[in-house]
Amino acid sequence: MQLILLIFMSFVGAAAIAAPDGAQLYADNCATCHGDKGSGGVGVPLALPSFLENVDDNFLRQTIRRGRPGRVMPAFPKLSAAQLDALVGHIRSWSGKPAPEFATTPVKGDPLHGKALFASNCVACHGENGEGGKGTGVTFSRSRDLPIIAPALNNPGFLQAATDEMIRHTLLYGREGTSMRSFLEQGLSEKDIGDLVAYVRSFEKQADVSGLAKVVPDEKIIIAESPYTLDETIENLKNAIVSQNFQLIRTDLLEHGLVEEGEESKQEIILHFCNFKFLYDALAIDPRVGLFLPCRITVVEHEGKVQVMTINPLYLSHLFNNEELDEVCKQMHGIYTAIIEDATL
Amino acid sequence: MMKRSLNTVFIWLVLLLPVQALAEQLLMARSLQPFPETMLALQESIRAHGYTVSRVQRVDIGLTGMGYKTDKYRIVFAGKIDEIRHLSEKAPQLMPYLPPKVSIFAEGSQTILVSANPQLYAEIAGEAVDPVIFDRWENDLRSIFHDVSKAEE
Ligand code: HEC
Ligand code: HEC
Repeated sequence: MQLILLIFMSFVGAAAIAAPDGAQLYADNCATCHGDKGSGGVGVPLALPSFLENVDDNFLRQTIRRGRPGRVMPAFPKLSAAQLDALVGHIRSWSGKPAPEFATTPVKGDPLHGKALFASNCVACHGENGEGGKGTGVTFSRSRDLPIIAPALNNPGFLQAATDEMIRHTLLYGREGTSMRSFLEQGLSEKDIGDLVAYVRSFEKQADVSGLAKVVPDEKIIIAESPYTLDETIENLKNAIVSQNFQLIRTDLLEHGLVEEGEESKQEIILHFCNFKFLYDALAIDPRVGLFLPCRITVVEHEGKVQVMTINPLYLSHLFNNEELDEVCKQMHGIYTAIIEDATL
Repeated sequence: MMKRSLNTVFIWLVLLLPVQALAEQLLMARSLQPFPETMLALQESIRAHGYTVSRVQRVDIGLTGMGYKTDKYRIVFAGKIDEIRHLSEKAPQLMPYLPPKVSIFAEGSQTILVSANPQLYAEIAGEAVDPVIFDRWENDLRSIFHDVSKAEE
């Protein structure tokens, strides 16, 4: 007991003595997605002056703390208050300007009128229900001059971090250098903008909290026993793959490349296959998903039994914190199941 | 008083643990170097950590040919034969996840690395395997990513 206390206290003590280094924290936790200098990537740009003029420090702290559930941006619940401040300090250093401060009082407006305005002015980029654009940030598989993908506005992480005044400010002035333009300049009145803020705020009531505690399925793999021999099973799989409109890339021994050629066990075989449109769509949503692509199915012969198995995409989808990917994973699960059933029937 | 603070510690530990379990399911790193240099540094570091690179798979193959706009994208498979055989035997459900891999893709003039946190394999393997092997993989992977993102410009 005392030992635990001691360890715990010394841990807390050490953290308190060394002032956290914001640049290092940023490099370790954020640079992969937001760029080493905040220019964006899988995540949106953070260094844009128009962004930094638009958001207060508490918004930054809360966003880091809570993340954006289902929209890639992870939550960082373990960072201390001092570490959060150091991170915010580092982000602010890019503009060198002091943080704006916004009143926390709610903006009054007519959400029904706001809804109508949203439909005609915002859905093209932010989605019908404020769910954000397809994909995130600025990264991968599209040319870099294309605009930043619009963030999700119905996201509980965003709604908790943003004050009404901050949203109002964003609508009044836009974010120069992005496709989010000033709606005052585009002809809306201050009252219209208040109504839009009220509507965006009303997403809070619709926000799907159940998404926060997503169930992760127990089955880590999709598996079936084949009544055929190893060779027959592989032939069947090849046919099933083609009939699902996929293209066989290669058949490999699992141990290929790990031992001298010829020394590999011949009982574990991997089929690699692909459908380019599917691959491209998946990578455009989240480039990280390539980790589990192209598709692979492993065939194993053990003690006379032949088994066909693959990863369970439904299980893996929880790694990515990306709701859009859940759809792709469902599709992939369907395809894998169909191919395996087809080949082992 | 002492008792109370101990309780607090315990509540803290209990609160912290599940959160830690959730965090960092993917390990990621950014290299400020272009793709070819990063690829080289990655493979060098993997070997220096005692693993064999078994294959480099193109993921973007065919995409550019079909007119898609894409960056360089590869998957690097690596492992140690003894460990792979041991795991295949003890935890066959892990086989579709083997050999372990790192994905590497260009982002402009820089490069991103992504891999599943090896603790994922511990979860899949369950009781059948001593988790110490996955702790070592995780340490090695972090160290490899550290090497690659710190590589000289
Ligand atoms: C042409 C596309 C486009 C349209 C139309 C558009 N937005 Fe945006 N919006 C964006 C982009 C892109 C961003 C992210 C800017 C950035 O990276 O800082 C953004 C950011 C925002 C933000 C800040 C979100 C955050 O996470 O910080 C709010 C709030 C917002 N928009 C509301 C609206 C509303 C309300 C409308 C309609 C009146 C609207 N937008 C219309 C593209 C658009
Ligand atoms: C795995 C990728 C990833 C990592 C790691 C990540 N972010 Fe994000 N971040 C995102 C994405 C994606 C968004 C935009 C969400 C959307 O489009 O709805 C975002 C949004 C944000 C926003 C809101 C921007 C806006 O326009 O309102 C802030 C602030 C932010 N991130 C800061 C950070 C900081 C600081 C860190 C490190 C502690 C970090 N992020 C780590 C992906 C990431």
